[in-house]
Amino acid sequence: MSADTTSSDLKKTPLFDLHQELGGKMVPFAGYAMPVQYPMGIMGEHSHTRTRTGLFDVSHMGQVILTGDSYEAVARAFETLVPMDVLGLKEGRQRYGLFTNDAGGIEDDLMFANRGDHLFVVVNAACKDADIARMKAALEPAVTVTPVTDRALVALQGPGAEAALAALTPAARDMSFMDVATLDLDGVEIWVSRSGYTGEDGYEISIPEAHAETVVRKLLAQDGVAPIGLGARDSLRLEGGMCLYGHDIDATTGPIAASLGWAIQKVRRPNGDRAGGFPGAAAVFAEIEAGASQRRVGLKPEGRAPMREGVLLFKEAEGGEPIGRVTSGGFGPTVGGPVAMGYVSADLSQVGTTLFGELRGKRQPITVHALPFVAANFKR
Amino acid sequence: MTTYYSEDHEWITVEGDTATLGITKHAADQLGEVVFIEQQDSGEEFEKGGEIGVIESVKAASEIYAPLDGEITEVNEDLADNPSALNEDPEGAAWIYKIKLSDSSQLEDLMDLDGYKALIG
Repeated sequence: MSADTTSSDLKKTPLFDLHQELGGKMVPFAGYAMPVQYPMGIMGEHSHTRTRTGLFDVSHMGQVILTGDSYEAVARAFETLVPMDVLGLKEGRQRYGLFTNDAGGIEDDLMFANRGDHLFVVVNAACKDADIARMKAALEPAVTVTPVTDRALVALQGPGAEAALAALTPAARDMSFMDVATLDLDGVEIWVSRSGYTGEDGYEISIPEAHAETVVRKLLAQDGVAPIGLGARDSLRLEGGMCLYGHDIDATTGPIAASLGWAIQKVRRPNGDRAGGFPGAAAVFAEIEAGASQRRVGLKPEGRAPMREGVLLFKEAEGGEPIGRVTSGGFGPTVGGPVAMGYVSADLSQVGTTLFGELRGKRQPITVHALPFVAANFKR
Repeated sequence: MTTYYSEDHEWITVEGDTATLGITKHAADQLGEVVFIEQQDSGEEFEKGGEIGVIESVKAASEIYAPLDGEITEVNEDLADNPSALNEDPEGAAWIYKIKLSDSSQLEDLMDLDGYKALIG
């Protein structure tokens, strides 16, 4: 038998039937059948999320609970895997993190939250098996690593997200950006964080599998809430300047080159109270001290032609070797034109620097642009 | 006036030795929302199978391949400013090129509407 990847091999999220009912166009993504768009279309879904409220199924992502003698014990253990301040994270708060490797590259990016007696971690779908194995190998038996396989995860994003969720569970209104809370929605226990992947205000909501469709239908019934597919999720996060793992960051890119140095708190940096102690600390510290040779930047192509992943970047309109490459690119519906991000030589990474992208054999101007392209709309 | 279809999802409507070329509704639907088109200039000559333009949608870039030999005699300039016309009326107002055919016998290699409908199922 050949390794035939048919749709029947794909995993389904608890919302699969609902996606089909809503007219979602299902595609394979990280081993799951996921909706890339609904009848509204990618551009319409993107704009709807910026102006109203979008609901995304992200149940394919990995939800993991880490428990031990105390939050402090779990946090100290988890700090051996990430260059973040886990110990100093207050109860009810969430933080962005990175798993590093021994070379200081990024194995995955993640969100982690202090939920009182445990650490709650959300990782990328494509990396979740490796991430769980990594955590088990490094942390057990002192810390118990428990994948959460019986809960859906959805994101509610956009300027109407607060009103939509608060109509069903009023305490959602009291949460600030990166707060986490356990809330009750008509008798269902939901785990909520005020965060997302669009640059808009909103929530990410973990729901028991058995109640997922019911809760999502209630959210979709709120004024202005529409289902949004992976297509718009990608253009929203790109305009929002956020990295897509495996494209903008990977095992070969370090946090400093990736312009994610802000995610490494002072306490874990050189001369911090808990400096180092994570995989690849020497390499990351060398990049902190000396700077990285390449930097991830926003890139705005001139004209209307999108420059997508893989486009090589040059300093001059003719000749010379590539000085960088596009790692994500496409059309930004809110920007109204092409947007991209990529890596360029550090000496050419200043905002406003005009470079040239080679598109179908022709070099066309592309300018280093501040990230995000669309101002974030978080509730601080 | 006869319309032919290519396996690359183009249509060609022929009047004498001149023709109008565009992409089919099926192609436009598959591409998704079009955000950019790169067209060649009037006067460019091309051979069957050669690349004569690129259409970019929100999803991906797709080349336009010449279904036969010929020369571009007119370019639909409206598409540059309004690429979404390719989604709205790909078999009408959003034609891409007027062309002069080099060898009208090549039309025999293309499909009629029934053949094309069978192709796209």
